[in-house]
Amino acid sequence: MDKVLEVDRLSKVYGPGCPSCFELTGPEFNTNICPVCGSVVAAHDVSFDLYKGEILGIMGESGSGKSTAVKCLYFDQAPSSGRAVFFDESKQHDLFDLNAAQQRNLANHRFGMVYQNPHLGLNFDISAGGNIAERLLMYGVSNYADIRSRATGLLSRTEVLPERMDELPKNFSGGMQQRVQIAKALATNPPLLFLDEVTTGLDLSVQAAILDLILEIQQERDTAMIVVTHDLGVIRLLAGRTLVMKYGRVIESGLTDQILEDPQHAYTQRLVSSAL
Amino acid sequence: MSASYPFGFLDEYAKKEVRRSTLKAVALPGYQVPYSSREMPMGRGFGTGGLQLTLSLLGESETLKVIDQGSDDSVNAVNLRNFIEMTCEGINTTTNTDEADLIQSRHRIPEKPLREDQLIVLQVPYPDPLVLVEPSEDKRKILHGEADYSRLLVKLYEDIVKFDEITISHRYPTRINDYYVIDPSPIPRWDVPKLHQSRALILFGAGREKKIYAVPPYTKAEPLAFEDVPFRVEDFTDVSGKRRACNRCGCTTSFLDEFIDSKTGEKVYQCSDSDWCNGYLNSDETNNYASTKAMSQETENG
Repeated sequence: MDKVLEVDRLSKVYGPGCPSCFELTGPEFNTNICPVCGSVVAAHDVSFDLYKGEILGIMGESGSGKSTAVKCLYFDQAPSSGRAVFFDESKQHDLFDLNAAQQRNLANHRFGMVYQNPHLGLNFDISAGGNIAERLLMYGVSNYADIRSRATGLLSRTEVLPERMDELPKNFSGGMQQRVQIAKALATNPPLLFLDEVTTGLDLSVQAAILDLILEIQQERDTAMIVVTHDLGVIRLLAGRTLVMKYGRVIESGLTDQILEDPQHAYTQRLVSSAL
Repeated sequence: MSASYPFGFLDEYAKKEVRRSTLKAVALPGYQVPYSSREMPMGRGFGTGGLQLTLSLLGESETLKVIDQGSDDSVNAVNLRNFIEMTCEGINTTTNTDEADLIQSRHRIPEKPLREDQLIVLQVPYPDPLVLVEPSEDKRKILHGEADYSRLLVKLYEDIVKFDEITISHRYPTRINDYYVIDPSPIPRWDVPKLHQSRALILFGAGREKKIYAVPPYTKAEPLAFEDVPFRVEDFTDVSGKRRACNRCGCTTSFLDEFIDSKTGEKVYQCSDSDWCNGYLNSDETNNYASTKAMSQETENG
């Protein structure tokens, strides 16, 4: 199988940091705040591989560092240490060694990001079609008719009525906004997609439809995805493999079925048994 | 009065700084070079950027032309010309485009093609074309640095979606030398093609925003557009499909201003460039036009 992403000991510390930061935080200490210097260890020692067409779930409670890990990979934040290699066709990119321009270029062309809050992923001052056009224009498409037809195609693929593509996203329901966001993320047909709590806050039927859509896209385009969620249902439905995080550390990782059927760590056991 | 000021009003260090920034601007076509815009004895926004460029570049015995919206006689042009005459002893002023060494202009580039030995300074209110789409200057600098103008193109896209065409009438974003996009000051679209491969050096000075930028001679200047929705200039054809002519000189190739005749209430069109209009009026072609017009009026009256 083709590897898409290799993450090696990724760490992110907010604050000055000290030698005992990593020794005195984590699930054993029930905290991610260093008692010596007060720094917050948002994520530490996160390592995983991701393969083509695979969906990796990152699960954990709020503040467990799951979003931080993804934000570092999408260059929204700079990690404190660690390495990540992105395998793009024949090329390899050492993500954190790239300069800011190269990082933005990669994020714009080869990655896609869908945020929990559509305000982060969409520009609410321009139409839904314009949002998709922006990404295509960044990609270098300079033909208006081409942009129109590709935006229409993407929106109908994500089940947004193409007749509404010239409306502002604020006129849309939450689910529709999320679909537009997914369409925008898919515009450049990226090999890697990050989904940060995409279904949180949507009602159940809409959630199911969005999850279906994500699965279909994965089947169709063989896109590798990292799904961040605190929802066990989402993990069960989407992810082939899962990492469970707590207080910034990965406490358990493996096949999703295995983790949900036979959790090893006490925290995961509690999480699974408490799920309705 | 003039004895109390150095030549060109600004002190030599100030002029030198402007010239240094100008050189940098020429070396980096389209890049907005910051400079320490001095306090001038007029409000910022009244052409202080262009004025500082003119004062720094004008030499004794050189000839200056000042235009405001195509006219040498409107308030802004007259006052700036008076000020420069007062503070630069020994310079000549003219209204004739041909005679000028340096032309300071607001909102127009003369109709007559400029020569290599001429220089045009444009007054700029808003130097950054990205200001419409990105409020933070820090982020705009990054966008310029990476030549990422996708958001401006999105604006054009939205225009076409809403109005079926690009509706920017002036300050049309233009890409210089395949990299930086500039705000070419509030010149009409009509003047934008004149930036392309211009023989004369074109300088832009923004006094309030403290920026200088340039389109050097023989440099590519390409208005932003889509492959299938090209840039176009103003269209002066009337309902019958005929190109409107200047009411005064009869020219059918110039940029026209629209007036309402105060007596008849009719729309009247006239050359915006007054020097061009005068020149055309005195040329052979127009003498014919004037005589036919006079004749037709006679027949109407008769």
